[in-house]
This record gives sequence, C-alpha cells and structure tokens, in this order.
Amino acid sequence: MNTQVTLAGVTFKNPVMTASGTFGSGMEYSEFVDLNRLGAVVTKGVANVPWPGNPTPRVAEVYGGMLNAIGLQNPGIDVFMERDIPFLKQYDTKIIVNVCGKSVEDYLDVVERLGDEPAVSMLEINVSCPNVKEGAIAFGQKADALYNITSEIKKRAKQPIIMKLSPNVTDITEMAKAAEAAGSDALSLINTLTGMKIDVHRRKFAIANKTGGMSGPAIKPIAVRMVYQASHAVKIPIIGMGGIATAEDAIEFMLAGASAISVGAMNFVNPYTTVEIVEGIEKYMKQYGIENVTDLIGAVQE
Amino acid sequence: MKEKQTATVLSQVEIAPAIFDMWIETSLAAQAKPGQFIAVFPKDRSTLLPRPISICEVKEDKTALRIVYRVAGQGTKEFSGYTAGDSIAILGTLGNGFPYEEAAGKKVFLMGGGIGVPPILELAKQMQADKKVVVGYRDSKTFLKEDFEKYADVVIATEDGSVGTKGNVMDAIRENGLEADMIYACGPMPMLRAIKAYAAEKGIKAYISLEEHMACGVGACLGCVVKTKEVDHHSHVNNARICTDGPVFDAEAVNI
Repeated sequence: MNTQVTLAGVTFKNPVMTASGTFGSGMEYSEFVDLNRLGAVVTKGVANVPWPGNPTPRVAEVYGGMLNAIGLQNPGIDVFMERDIPFLKQYDTKIIVNVCGKSVEDYLDVVERLGDEPAVSMLEINVSCPNVKEGAIAFGQKADALYNITSEIKKRAKQPIIMKLSPNVTDITEMAKAAEAAGSDALSLINTLTGMKIDVHRRKFAIANKTGGMSGPAIKPIAVRMVYQASHAVKIPIIGMGGIATAEDAIEFMLAGASAISVGAMNFVNPYTTVEIVEGIEKYMKQYGIENVTDLIGAVQE
Repeated sequence: MKEKQTATVLSQVEIAPAIFDMWIETSLAAQAKPGQFIAVFPKDRSTLLPRPISICEVKEDKTALRIVYRVAGQGTKEFSGYTAGDSIAILGTLGNGFPYEEAAGKKVFLMGGGIGVPPILELAKQMQADKKVVVGYRDSKTFLKEDFEKYADVVIATEDGSVGTKGNVMDAIRENGLEADMIYACGPMPMLRAIKAYAAEKGIKAYISLEEHMACGVGACLGCVVKTKEVDHHSHVNNARICTDGPVFDAEAVNI
C-alpha cells in the first residue's frame, strides 16, 4: 500500500497536512500528535516584519464552525527562521511555509529569505486572508492582481509555490486559471469564507474586526465543490481544505480532485485529528483494495 | 502532559441559580494546579469549540476534579444536563496556574468575583500563608462560602448588600480596613482593573487570572491574546496567549 503523493516534484509520505494558522509551527500540537506521521506541516503565515494582529475578541463560534479574525499575528521572518524552522527540522515531515505580506515587496522579502533554507519544501502564498486591511486578500480577489503577484513571486522563489485561493470570489475557476497561467506550481483551497456574527443581547459584533473568516464542518460542501471545479479548470495539483474532520472527509476531497488535504479548525476540536485521518485513509485503502492513494485523486464517478 | 480524554461525571448539583457544581473522575487530576483550567467539549456537533472552565478543586486522592460554572450559552447548558455516570469530553490541564508558593509567609488576599470565585478555592487549599478570602457575589447566593471557611477567613461583598459589605470586593477591603502584602485574583475585568490599580498604589504584587474567547486552548490559534507591557517570548509583538502564557499574569505585566 502506497500513501505517497507528489506535488510539483515534492514527495510527501501521505496526503495529510495542517491548514495554515491552525497549527502554529507544530510546537503546540507536538504534545498530542507525532509530527513524523504527517505528510507536511503548513505553518502559520509569516511576514517580513512582526505583525501584531487584530484586537480581541478574535474568535467566535457559529453553527457547525467558527469565525476568526486573528489578523495574521506573527513574529516576523527573523524569529521564524531562528525558532520555528529548527524546531520543525527535527521531524521527518515536509515543511511548507505560509507567506503573507501587505505589498508585493513584503512577500518577495520573505520568499527570498526562505530560498536559502533547503529544509523548506514549498511556499504557500496567502493571497486570501479576509482579516487584514492591506495586502493578502486584495491580491486574491481579482484575476489580474492574482496573476501579477503570482508571476512576481514565481520569478524569485527557489521552492515551488502554492497559491492559496479565497472562496470569496464569483468564479473560483477564473482565479485558479490565473494562478496557473502565472506559474503557480500548485493551489490550496479554500481559505475561510467571510462571515459575521452579532450578539443580539448585547447588540455588539461577536468579533472586534466585525467580520471574520468562517471555517469548520459547515463550510465543507462549498470547499468540496470549489476543489472539484478548480481541479477541472487547471492541471496543477490542488491541496483541498475546508471543514475536514474525518478520513471520509479527506477522501471526499481527494475524489473531488485534491492531491492532498489539510486539516484546519478541527485541530481545535480534536487535537488528534490529523493522525486519525492518516490512519483512516490507510484503513479505507485496505477496505477497498486501493494500492496507491493517488488512485483516489479525482476518482469520483461522473 | 496535556491530553484530550473521555472522563466520567461523578456528580452534579445546581448550587445557585444557573451555577452548577460538577465532579469529574479523571486522570488529569494528578497534574492539576490551582488556577489551571480544562476545556470541556459539547457533544452537540453544531457547537464545536471547547469551553474553558477553571478548576475549582482537586480531590485529595487526585482522582477527580471539581468544576463550578455558570450556564452562559448552548454548550454550558448541555453540560448542566449531565448526571452521574455520563461521559464528558475534556482537554487539560491547561494554563499556567497561580504561583502560590510565592505567598509563603506573607499576608495575602485571595479575591474572587462572580464566576471568578471557583478557582480561588483550590488556591486557598494549597496556599501556606496568612490568607484572607475576599469574594464578591450578586446577592445572598454565596456559593462555595462554606468550602472557603474550611481554609481561611472569608470576607464577603454582595451587590445588593444582602450579605457582608454592600458593593464589590474593593469596597469590602476598604470597609474592613484590610491590608495585604500580595493579591491573587480572578473575576470580571472591572474588578481586575481595580485590583491592578490598588496593587500599584500600595506597591504590592497582584496575580490576576484573565479570560478571553478561546478556540484551541493550547496556544496555537492566537485567538485569546492580551497586550503585555514588555515584548513577550512567544509572539514578539506584545501579545501573550491567555490560554498558555496565562491565564494568570502579574497585573503589572499586562495592559488591561
């Protein structure tokens, strides 16, 4: 039985990854799961300088999911290179670094710094965070802006790049095609859906930022649909995410066209989710006599 | 070592309107410290996130934890329906806890307000000091009062004046002319702000336990942060994580 998947020339021991922003750099969850069991750890977004993030409250629960507006708080690339990369290097898992910025130059700064670090296998470019006022999603909601930033980053990046797409667009295939045409090596989707919650008793927004990104099982059908559509629009591989809680959910994304999957909000609900999914996929493969996990990619019967 | 596990409810009673007192049989009791908390997970899958609830008491033989909580929403409403023998999903033990050893030989106020009262109980039990418990309630439903009386002198304030000083815990301190070398406190933000100001004025140390909406509870999501005076070791942007770097902070070190 072979659970390996290869994306843009990088081979992962299995298709299970962590969704950026839900897993830090793995330190906190290493107390619960053996990081060696994961296909990759995708880190919290890192910028060229430290970002303080948004005021609190930053999180709120909604039916079947949650809203967050952390605002990409991060310690900056210097601390990240000194602390987080050496920590992750101790493990036999691939490292994918999520990169954020307010301007194209910010992104390029981080991308160039990471270019000198061979332990980093791929770069995931966050052009889809709905919670920061400059940068991020501004690059991810118009096809021409996405094309431009993708091609700038691709010129400078030493590792393969993954553009992480926003679901807050009219046509996900248009965005997927723009990223592919500009040279993106893979795609991640979906980032969170912009939402809002109001406390009717206090007549206040539940989140200080007013809007927050919605994640959790309630968004899964939207994510599966978008992965399916995007995978039919482009040839580059897709990392699928959005409300994945179980191995069945992960397999559903793969059948829809994802080559790998990420677990996000469900880490908060069950800190063992990632490894349980790794084991669940193996069990499914045994049950149905599937030799290669790659046989599942896009294998939904039309 | 933090762990998520399925534990068993030993007992539950409503000790004041909407305030529930539950004992849980769990191996996590062996590592529990006063001021730490557990995350409790609703079984209803529409409410996914854990509810952070402070540890009120640890059973002497370290086989069970007591939580005393207020029904505030859908999740805590579900928990309040559990009875002896029911399973309960918990994650713990979380947070740093009160550094109670620092109080040795000192004159100390242990202060709690409202649903911030429960974590003060295990603290009162563990602390070896000249301690005075100063607790504030809305009305005559002074839950946990008898438990506190086993370990310390108890001074009470009630908003409606039905028991003790009419007003809050600060009013009780002034009215009784009390003095201390140190303060440990948990309660609503206005109370903690008043304690921080009082401690600064008196030049004494105050440890306060903070609360914020949480998601992961283990320091990964950065949802529950508080602004700190100095650059902290983790965020480097003056944002300490309440769930992991706290919930207990030196009042001087946080901007509240």
